[in-house]
Amino acid sequence: MAINIKDPSAVQEMMKGLWRDNPVFVQVLGMCPMLAVTNSAINALAMGLATLFVLVGSSALVSAFKNLIPKQVRISLYIVIIATFVTVIDYTLLALFPAIHKELGAFIPLIVANCMILGRQEAFAAKHTVGFAVMDAIGMSAGFLIALFALGSVREILGNGSLFGIDLFGAGFEPWVIMILPPGGFITLGLILLFFNWVTERKARFLEQVVAAEQAKG
Amino acid sequence: MTIEQQSLEQQEPSSTKLALSLAFAGLISGIIIISIFEATLPTITANKARELREAVFKVLPNVTTMQKLQFDNGKLRVRTEKGADENTIYGGYGSQGQFVGYAVEGAGPGFQDTIRVLYGYLPEQRKIVGMEILESRETPGLGDKIFKDAAFVANFDDLAVDPEIKAVKKGTKSTPFEIDSITGATISAKAVVRIINEARVRWEDRLPAPGNEPKLEGKKTKDEG
Repeated sequence: MAINIKDPSAVQEMMKGLWRDNPVFVQVLGMCPMLAVTNSAINALAMGLATLFVLVGSSALVSAFKNLIPKQVRISLYIVIIATFVTVIDYTLLALFPAIHKELGAFIPLIVANCMILGRQEAFAAKHTVGFAVMDAIGMSAGFLIALFALGSVREILGNGSLFGIDLFGAGFEPWVIMILPPGGFITLGLILLFFNWVTERKARFLEQVVAAEQAKG
Repeated sequence: MTIEQQSLEQQEPSSTKLALSLAFAGLISGIIIISIFEATLPTITANKARELREAVFKVLPNVTTMQKLQFDNGKLRVRTEKGADENTIYGGYGSQGQFVGYAVEGAGPGFQDTIRVLYGYLPEQRKIVGMEILESRETPGLGDKIFKDAAFVANFDDLAVDPEIKAVKKGTKSTPFEIDSITGATISAKAVVRIINEARVRWEDRLPAPGNEPKLEGKKTKDEG
């Protein structure tokens, strides 16, 4: 990896996934795992880390072999690469963390179908050097993980009265069961998207005002 | 052939090359998948065996020792081979080595995928005394209540098997062979009941008359695990 971590553009490639191009809040990708496994914080975290492993591994490989991959069959090859990483993480979780594997169940094999991962191969890794591809992959999966975790912890706190399985409110709390059911996922995601867009809009308006003030002065 | 077509064809790699690159990727991927499968298999098998052993002690109260029993040639005998197959059940024995009950495994389709169930059965009283879900991919939040909902699991702590177990609407259980279903997860709850009924019918004629169960051989206690 011939890349300087202090290189501002490499850091930028990573940071953009966290906020500006966040895969969930901005690109609205990867909705299936997003809504399905975020009924508790620990599930969200495990899914986020599994996705990170798959995305970073696939991006590095795709970027390293980009000149050898014939473009006519590139999508099939990307899927083969992604599926291999997914199988590796599937068996590893099953062997080392059977309890988490049981919780996530069918959604681990479904990481193959996470369009965010294939999207990054096509849109970024296939056109950039390994270093940039890895930085981009880390940023994107970190953004994905943050989104999963935000949704997962809100839903677990409201729907189960706990966080990471630790009771927060005591016996007097009546869990808001709908939050850990699918509708709760949609409602929470909607509210988070609303907040995200509100912040983005506020920021844009603020910048506009600054520019206007500068122009008025000058 | 126009010049344009010619230049296009020069850019196109041959089909052989495309097929070869795919085959090569498939080969590498296959090797990696087989390696990870082989590497994790012992741990996964050990995990499953441990889970099963723990489940046997959970579904059969007052049991301190267990051994595998195998049905073949029309007879139930102690299984000495490793592993288990569909004709294996588990015998639970008390602290004096006396027979207590069987733990029987059953499997069948649920709402999403195969559900594997283990239940404890006392042949003399014709009663089920415990149930554990060994494997399920039922919907999180709904179908997974078949093992997360303590009230549903408790249905199986004292359940008559005759004439057959029936799932009824939650709160309407009125006979010893009925269980309260789960609101919102009727299919999963009924699947569990169906799996247990099928397994019980399958084993009904295979089990020896009460009192003639295979004797405990060797020692394999809870603590040795």
